[in-house]
Amino acid sequence: MKDVSLRMAWRNLWRHGRRTWLTVGAMIFSNTLLVFAISLQFGSYDMMIDNSLQAFSGHLQLQHPRYLDEPKMRYTVPDVADSTDNLRDKLGLNSISARAAGFALASSDERSYGIQIFGVDAKHEPLVSTLPGLIRQGRYLVPGASAEIVIGSVLARNLKVETGDELSFLGSGFDDSFAAAVVRVVGIFESGITDLDRSVAQVNLGYFQDIFAMQQRGHAIVIRAPHIDAVEQLQIQLATLIDDESSIALRHWDDLQPGLKQAIQADMTSAWFMYIVLIVLVAFSVLNTQLMSVLERTHEFGTMMALGLKPSQLARLVILETGMMTGLGLLLGITLGAVITWYISQVGFSYPGMAEMAVKFNLPERLYPAISFISLFLGPGIVAFASLLASIYPALRLNRLLPIEAMRAV
Amino acid sequence: MSAIHCHQLCKTFTQGDEVITGLDHVDITIEEGEFVCLSGPSGSGKTTLLNAIGGLDTPDSGEIRMGDIRIDQLDRGSLADMRLHHIGFVFQAYNLIPVLSAQENVEFVMQVQGVAAASRARKAAEILREVGLEGMEDRRPAQLSGGQQQRVAVARAIVSHPDLVLADEPTANLDSVAADHLMGLFSELNEHHHITFVIATHDKRVMSYARRLIRMQDGKIISDEAQ
Repeated sequence: MKDVSLRMAWRNLWRHGRRTWLTVGAMIFSNTLLVFAISLQFGSYDMMIDNSLQAFSGHLQLQHPRYLDEPKMRYTVPDVADSTDNLRDKLGLNSISARAAGFALASSDERSYGIQIFGVDAKHEPLVSTLPGLIRQGRYLVPGASAEIVIGSVLARNLKVETGDELSFLGSGFDDSFAAAVVRVVGIFESGITDLDRSVAQVNLGYFQDIFAMQQRGHAIVIRAPHIDAVEQLQIQLATLIDDESSIALRHWDDLQPGLKQAIQADMTSAWFMYIVLIVLVAFSVLNTQLMSVLERTHEFGTMMALGLKPSQLARLVILETGMMTGLGLLLGITLGAVITWYISQVGFSYPGMAEMAVKFNLPERLYPAISFISLFLGPGIVAFASLLASIYPALRLNRLLPIEAMRAV
Repeated sequence: MSAIHCHQLCKTFTQGDEVITGLDHVDITIEEGEFVCLSGPSGSGKTTLLNAIGGLDTPDSGEIRMGDIRIDQLDRGSLADMRLHHIGFVFQAYNLIPVLSAQENVEFVMQVQGVAAASRARKAAEILREVGLEGMEDRRPAQLSGGQQQRVAVARAIVSHPDLVLADEPTANLDSVAADHLMGLFSELNEHHHITFVIATHDKRVMSYARRLIRMQDGKIISDEAQ
């Protein structure tokens, strides 16, 4: 270091090594914690999105342009099964399935409830949705079978039916005719998502089309990307395959499940409230250290002013010292945080009770932090910024310093 | 920039309810290259005068000129620039920066002046050799004796060839040998580099080196004699 100021700033830090290490230690701790927590948060969001979308809606859907806002029977996708087969071929992706949907009144011997009934391709549905894997009682639909239905656990409880029981449903068909049938409950699923478990029932697509007079129509082609990161690319590919945008629209999961993004934003807000508390504590620690450092060097600063340094040059020195301390905390904190987070991203992270809950709701048993440039540098970057901000007050105090008064200080 | 002119300089201090007179209508002119001692008992006003001339403290009234510049009317930034480029200070307690070595202490002021790294390293080494500290360049103040520290302070004060060196009781913490050595050094620098020296002291040995002796009492100049 040829620069004397740099050498002086560095050595000044270690005049009270223990105090400096305590402050740097607070920075290392907070930076490590932030790197881990933000990475874990991002990882859990990815998982949360994946699990929510895998449960039913998929990552993307092709629908009639008006169906999203007005889910009515008449807003259909023509030749839905053939179109789905074509898409599978063109995209080389198997996890694409056709669906039709309608509303009906389901009745058991004892009770009646309004339900949303879906016609699904029982062969491909397990590739886009986790519901078929969440059957807790009975079995899932057999492809092509008629007059069988799977329903959610809450709905089964409400209707007081079990597998093997019959229930009837009554709805309105595509052509406004009555759609009515008696079906046998072959399976009861439990997704853990109350809305699904309370109101959703599935039958085979062909059977649905017959009952609801849909002919070859459906309401959605559901697409599940191999991974959440592949959605954007898949979306671009799909957009090029849509010939007529007036009859079909491509819907992103954001549109299909707006609540999911809101839930993530709400969680992020509460987490950042905690992070900000942590960052403010670190900033106060820096403020305390630098304020003490400035106060105990008042005489020295007076000498420097007598030699010809301006208060702004002294302030730069204080900020330089804080910058070095922050840099040290940043470097060590990010390194430690990255190592710990990388290790946990390999072995996973769990907490008591998580495994039991995961098995129950078909979720992964462990959380895996997602390390990215943002998760590594966002939190520590804000800590560094707040620390430098905290050093402004001690630096500004130097502006009020008069050389002769400063030199009288002990 | 050369001579210093002080005209009707007044300065008072308040200590509790008591008003203490620091300078009482002081008139003084110090020409370029002079070697002046300000003497007098404690509280006579010599340090106050030195601080006013150096722009470390502002007088209540009166004028201080250094060449054509009215020091008492400069703002803080201009005063700092003037001290940086034209005035060297030597303090009683040396006031070296403890975390810097002897060489770095001397270099520091030059760095603030904007002198290039290679040039300031060479000049600092030369001046330390000149004040007899060759081989001690890397020692920190705590590793030097009082006399050696004061010589580093002198080196720091004169390395940029200021017009004026203001020294406040520079020998107060030195033994007689070190004090003689330091005053010999001041005389030599005054003769060879034509630097103006104004030294506040009540040490008779120091006064013996002066070519002009100004005596002060109660903030007033009571005698001003060439020696």
